[in-house]
Amino acid sequence: MTVLSNSLLVQDDRTRRRNAAEVRFRACGLGAIGIAMLALAMLLTSVVSSGIGAFRQTYITLEIPLPAAQLDKSGTRDPAAMAKVTTFAYAPLLRNALLARVKQLGITATLSDSDIGGIISKEAAATLRDHVLANPDLIGGTVTMDALSEGRIDGYFKGRVTTESAALDGNTSPEALQLAQSLADAGVIETRFNWSFLTAPDASDQRPEAAGLGVAILGSLYMMLVVLVLALPIGVATSIYLEEFAPKNRFSDLIEVNISNLAAVPSIVFGILGLAIFINFAELRQSSPLVGGLVLTLMTLPTIIISTRAALKSVPPSIRDAALAVGASKMQSVFHHVLPLAAPGILTGTIIGLAQALGETAPLLLIGMVAFVRDYPAAYSDAAGLFGEAATALPVQVFNWTQRADPGFVERASGAIITLLVFLLVMNTVAILLRRRFERRW
Amino acid sequence: MSLLNTVFALPVLVIALALLGLIGARARARVAAGGDIRALAALPRAHGTNAFLSVLVPAVASFAALSLVRLIGPRQGVEILSAQVVFWVVLAVAALGCIGAILRSSIGFRARVASETWIKSLLIAASTVAILTTIGLVLSMLFEAMHFFRQYDWRDFFFSTEWAPNFRGNSALGILPLLWGTLYISFIALAFAVPVGLFAAIYLSEYAGPRMRGVAKPLIEILAGIPTIVYGLFALITIGPLLRDYFAQPLGLGSSASSVMTAGLVMGIMLIPFVSSLSDDIINAVPQAMRDGSYALGATQSETIRKVIIPAALPGIVGAVLLATSRAIGETMIVVLGAGAAARLSLNPFEAMTTITVKIVSQLTGDTDFASPETLVAFALGLTLFVITLCLNVLALVIVRKYREHYE
Repeated sequence: MTVLSNSLLVQDDRTRRRNAAEVRFRACGLGAIGIAMLALAMLLTSVVSSGIGAFRQTYITLEIPLPAAQLDKSGTRDPAAMAKVTTFAYAPLLRNALLARVKQLGITATLSDSDIGGIISKEAAATLRDHVLANPDLIGGTVTMDALSEGRIDGYFKGRVTTESAALDGNTSPEALQLAQSLADAGVIETRFNWSFLTAPDASDQRPEAAGLGVAILGSLYMMLVVLVLALPIGVATSIYLEEFAPKNRFSDLIEVNISNLAAVPSIVFGILGLAIFINFAELRQSSPLVGGLVLTLMTLPTIIISTRAALKSVPPSIRDAALAVGASKMQSVFHHVLPLAAPGILTGTIIGLAQALGETAPLLLIGMVAFVRDYPAAYSDAAGLFGEAATALPVQVFNWTQRADPGFVERASGAIITLLVFLLVMNTVAILLRRRFERRW
Repeated sequence: MSLLNTVFALPVLVIALALLGLIGARARARVAAGGDIRALAALPRAHGTNAFLSVLVPAVASFAALSLVRLIGPRQGVEILSAQVVFWVVLAVAALGCIGAILRSSIGFRARVASETWIKSLLIAASTVAILTTIGLVLSMLFEAMHFFRQYDWRDFFFSTEWAPNFRGNSALGILPLLWGTLYISFIALAFAVPVGLFAAIYLSEYAGPRMRGVAKPLIEILAGIPTIVYGLFALITIGPLLRDYFAQPLGLGSSASSVMTAGLVMGIMLIPFVSSLSDDIINAVPQAMRDGSYALGATQSETIRKVIIPAALPGIVGAVLLATSRAIGETMIVVLGAGAAARLSLNPFEAMTTITVKIVSQLTGDTDFASPETLVAFALGLTLFVITLCLNVLALVIVRKYREHYE
């Protein structure tokens, strides 16, 4: 026999151990929640802190003379003739304008002239050319332009590039940063909000400062349209059949097992399906929003079906019975009474399904959406049909940028993720508001 | 004719016919009733709906069937149908439907029943999409995988320990290193996610007050809604360099930012909400009477949880873990960005390794030639992945359904 302590006021050894175990267990639980929260916080801060810079951009304000002798040799202001002058002819204009500005401000730089010109982005010459071609009247005068600065200079003003890192970098030098700093002090260089990040198309590997999300946002939008138009009716029809009409037999069992399996199939397998069926077999165009939308539709269908069935199930049988009692057919009871009552739930499920589709990447890689796309896709073209022109999508653009060498693209990728998360946040908020607004208890 | 060839002509004509049928059938029913619609077996509106659907449904169905024939035909070396034929056949089907429906609308015609049959056939057609998708998934992979195994010995594929694709031929395409990478990363992810997720679920359902639960549960669920590319980028720019600088290099285990550990940890974070919300539901389903019984015998709360609730909820928890495992095995973007692309069999968690999904992506992106085994291997990999995850999912469902305790 063990001797038990007789006092109620003194804890014996065993009780103490048990209580200590209790405290440890609780601490483990709290720790687990802490780890999850910490992970979420780290994830968000890491993405936001490295991506917020993409929304600001450094511009150099220059007054550029446009000599007619160089830009319009024929003197006719004919756009076709002027288009023969390539961007290579425009780059020196920008450089000379900058050199003149540097001299005018009395800044003494130890750099060579071409190195000073190097702080202007290569993109700026193309922008200037487009501007001149669009407005031929400008030739002969001077134009004031905000030229994009080169990616490293831009990084310097956002804190990404320092004098130490520039010393090791072949693409820039501490002297260039110094020059940029003195230009900024004189008000020639400034950093401000970057609309073109949201509207411009992608840019080549050499010029992260010019890369934007425009095509990706449009491509994602087209795909979401396809998903919405296809997945919502098919999903709702499937759910209505399974929930309201299907007899309990092999066929409906098969469909049901199938749907729960499809919900758990890895997304990349849907990409293989898209490649084999839609591209190799049906010969639809690679990288088109149509194929992307079709693949994502098949992927999100199970999500929409599962949530729609839950919404239909939550409508009480008394509603159906009441409709049937006044002489409605089964079909009428469903379409006139059950479906309107289930609509908010269906909508919520659809939005969540769309949000899932918006963030999906892997299947889109397989259908070629990772390709470099510079042109805005048209919604309809004679050659490619509806949504058939090559586009890219937000998450794929992120992946594309992470694969590039220039460190400026990491900032762009994180910026794109912030944009993606904002879209998702808005969608989820709408879903939650809808649920709140229409929530009904019977 | 050029107008008819555009994409829009056919749908516009079919819809016009459908509307014509709708108006025609309605008018004919009204006329037949002689002004007193009570004489009709169905309302004029139902006649209209029936006519509309009798034009639309057969037209769409015939268009789909003919397009399929047009796609398959040239592959067998014969051009069976031209676009013109499809156009006129579909139009004829629509016109027949239109005329038939108008002619049928008489006093005794039960148009509502007829239109509901159309609607029901549409509902059934929609629900077969899920089955067609599954068939499409399996067939698309099976066909190409068969092409692959005709060119490459299956024994070499399943049992070789070397993965060295070479687009000039003579590749070694053994799945074992990829399988090892997949399982190793999944193991690390689960070793992180299962304890964290389970403890979080226990705390939230047993200890936390309503306010804490109201805040923590949605926050954890946010983790499930974040796209995997975000986790991939997180692995690439934060966790990878962190692990390399503070663990791998000081310990002398490697100098690569992309490693099994990076991908595993980040994937673990992604899996936390899967484990926690499923376990949470299951723990909540354990009846209060069982807890009360345990307390009545003098057990502390943690003892009740460990000895009563967890055993009762175990099948459900195992099911949740299996579902999380199949997620981990099929996950792509985190490993593409976090784990690297080197196929090797190694035990060092700080080395770069690769998985089945990564190789599917890398074999199928870029210039692909669908005759070479180096490309076709992706389909065999996909099929293997599909079979593995399918088995896990089915097992999880069976365990949850069969062994889950049923309380009153």
